[in-house]
Amino acid sequence: MSDTPKADRQSGAAILTQCLVDQGVEFVFGYPGGAVLPIYDELFGDERLRHILVRHEAGAAHAAEGYARSTGKPGVVLVTSGPGATNAVTGIADAFMDSIPMVVITGQVPTALIGTDAFQEADTVGITRHCTKHNYLVKDPADLQATIEEAFRIATTGRPGPVVVDIPKDVQIAVPSARNAAKLTASHRYSPQMAAPAEQVIEAVEMIAAAERPVFYTGGGVINSGPEATRLLRQLQDMTGAPTTSTLMGLGAFPSEHPDWLGMLGMHGTYEANLAMNKADVMVCIGARFDDRVTGRLDAFSPESKKVHIDIDRSSINKTVPVDLGIVGDCATVLGQMIESWGARKPQDLGEWKARIAGWRARECLAYPEKSTKDPSAIMPQKAVERLHALTHKREPIITTEVGQHQMWAAQYFGFEKPNKWLTSGGLGTMGYGMPAAIGAQLGCPDDLVIDIAGEASIQMNIQELGTASQYRLPVKIFILNNEYMGMVRQWQELTYESRYSNSYSDSLPDFVKLAESYGWTGIRITEESELDAGIEAMLAADGPVMVDCMVAKDANCLPMIPSGAAHTEMLLYGDAHEGTMDDEAKALV
Amino acid sequence: MKIAHDNAERHVLTVTVDNEPGILAKITGLFTARGYNIDSLTVADISADHAISRITIVTGGPPQVIDQIEAQLDRLVPVHGVVDLTTAGPHVERELALIKVTGTGEARVEALRVADIFRASVVDTTTESFVFELTGAPDKIDSFIALMRELGLVEVGRSGIVGMLRGAEGS
Repeated sequence: MSDTPKADRQSGAAILTQCLVDQGVEFVFGYPGGAVLPIYDELFGDERLRHILVRHEAGAAHAAEGYARSTGKPGVVLVTSGPGATNAVTGIADAFMDSIPMVVITGQVPTALIGTDAFQEADTVGITRHCTKHNYLVKDPADLQATIEEAFRIATTGRPGPVVVDIPKDVQIAVPSARNAAKLTASHRYSPQMAAPAEQVIEAVEMIAAAERPVFYTGGGVINSGPEATRLLRQLQDMTGAPTTSTLMGLGAFPSEHPDWLGMLGMHGTYEANLAMNKADVMVCIGARFDDRVTGRLDAFSPESKKVHIDIDRSSINKTVPVDLGIVGDCATVLGQMIESWGARKPQDLGEWKARIAGWRARECLAYPEKSTKDPSAIMPQKAVERLHALTHKREPIITTEVGQHQMWAAQYFGFEKPNKWLTSGGLGTMGYGMPAAIGAQLGCPDDLVIDIAGEASIQMNIQELGTASQYRLPVKIFILNNEYMGMVRQWQELTYESRYSNSYSDSLPDFVKLAESYGWTGIRITEESELDAGIEAMLAADGPVMVDCMVAKDANCLPMIPSGAAHTEMLLYGDAHEGTMDDEAKALV
Repeated sequence: MKIAHDNAERHVLTVTVDNEPGILAKITGLFTARGYNIDSLTVADISADHAISRITIVTGGPPQVIDQIEAQLDRLVPVHGVVDLTTAGPHVERELALIKVTGTGEARVEALRVADIFRASVVDTTTESFVFELTGAPDKIDSFIALMRELGLVEVGRSGIVGMLRGAEGS
């Protein structure tokens, strides 16, 4: 927060850009249009802010998400009114579901025209009301500074999320009168509870200390809480010895090479993680939210455990799963409190519990068939991800994904040792997230290797962003697992609709190599397993952006899987028969 | 397959909020988006500078849903506080109603007599009509309206409930 009022004789647009600079903003992801021209004119020649011109406003929002998720700093989006704002809505909703800090500046028609169905008018505040943490319509330039300051504070503190600031064009042009200047002081509202009451911390520690079969179930909240939360999680795990699993969003908080790592849990989680959840006597949920992908059938979810839930958002506690001890607080702060409270205790002997887990591990649930039954010469997609991991993990790459089978294979077969390296659309499940997110991550982390593991269907949803990477010379890599199907849809149709593949075939695909080349990218195609390593090496060796079209088995399914409406103990594994149909209760679940 | 319905219990919530544009839409939209019920909702600003409003919502749901409603309301940025009067302790609930009744002769006299019993006041009259003003607990208003139905009821307007905890403490 700055002390000097900047409102003196500056236009709304100038106040806005100054506020963004004051907030430490490096990049603005945006697309110009009529209702933001005054802001774009301020950006012209302003060296302090770097504007990244995307090709579609959805790309701007996802790029901002990728930047935020990889750097821990808020992403900033600037779009025009009407279609500019509505195009960004998917990315805003995505950020809301996955708790990504983001500030979205939208232009609006001049205040006098609001409500008249003016050209490019949309009720942006109305449309985004329920997919933002908070939103504003600024009607007076004198309010801008305080509004922007509060917007950043709300977006980045507590449970992070997107905040929309809608600014009519006349407010961008007007100069606040000296009398009104900075009349709105930054408010003191919204102060999330960070630390937990001491007695709750003691109770949680006592529960863990008494547990014979403890498990830590961690989520994206640990990543959002910052690197300190990751460090403290590892420390507490070390002190207690508790086996640890994570949601999709939480991957990287706990190292995948650790002997107590169970792998991801949930619908496509590992056998050992889901069985450990099912048989645990004490479960500690840290920064996760008992999503339906995680719990499976609720009445059979972890039936024997006492549950502790640490979450900064009180509304996450007892939302779907009643817990024995709900702790409202920041992950890092509460983990620190728990470590202090644990003190010099020795952990229980968990040998018996770990032996049971070793038994489940021995099932090798991620061991996939060597060859596709329908096309024995095809590359198995799991193999492709494994090789990608093997050839890149030393460089600790940032991995983004689209949504579908490839996303789950990436989660299962690409191990993460550090936080902020795994960027995926978890809650909303937005196809088309991966490439723009990779662009944002590459800008935020210019020295990192950034790879979008994609599917041939998803990648087409924001394919226009190829141009953005070209323009800004961003060496992002896109690795398409091309099975010519919306694979997850096809898989569900096999499970639920007797293999009636209604509209899930990716017909009329472009030649991805030529498409990449037409944007100035390098295009590589891999069709044989013998070419896999060389293709990946060639991708890594290229200086600029590369798109790899890796042709994989069309019939490979993503397993293990907890089918809709099933319990953690009812996983489908490789080798199980799973084609057929389901009853209506199961069909109705997503 | 069957669509599930939960057993609802009635709760009265008071919500204090920043009196800013869109806050009512945010709250009512939250209820529709998450499938909660609103039986009645009243809102008015309560501070001298018009900065704070108080909303009273009558809703229904199983205890877990009521807890969620409270938590979901509480996390909205402009919301200062949420109190569930139903669980917080003894409280008063009051509602105001305007009731128009027409009639002549014995029915008219009877309407006036019943109004007197209910301590309703006459706020408008013509030779063939009354407008009664009645405040009280919702069931008292229900009973009065039920009686007036037989005596020439024409129109009813109700404010919805305003509630407050009993005793010296503010909520």
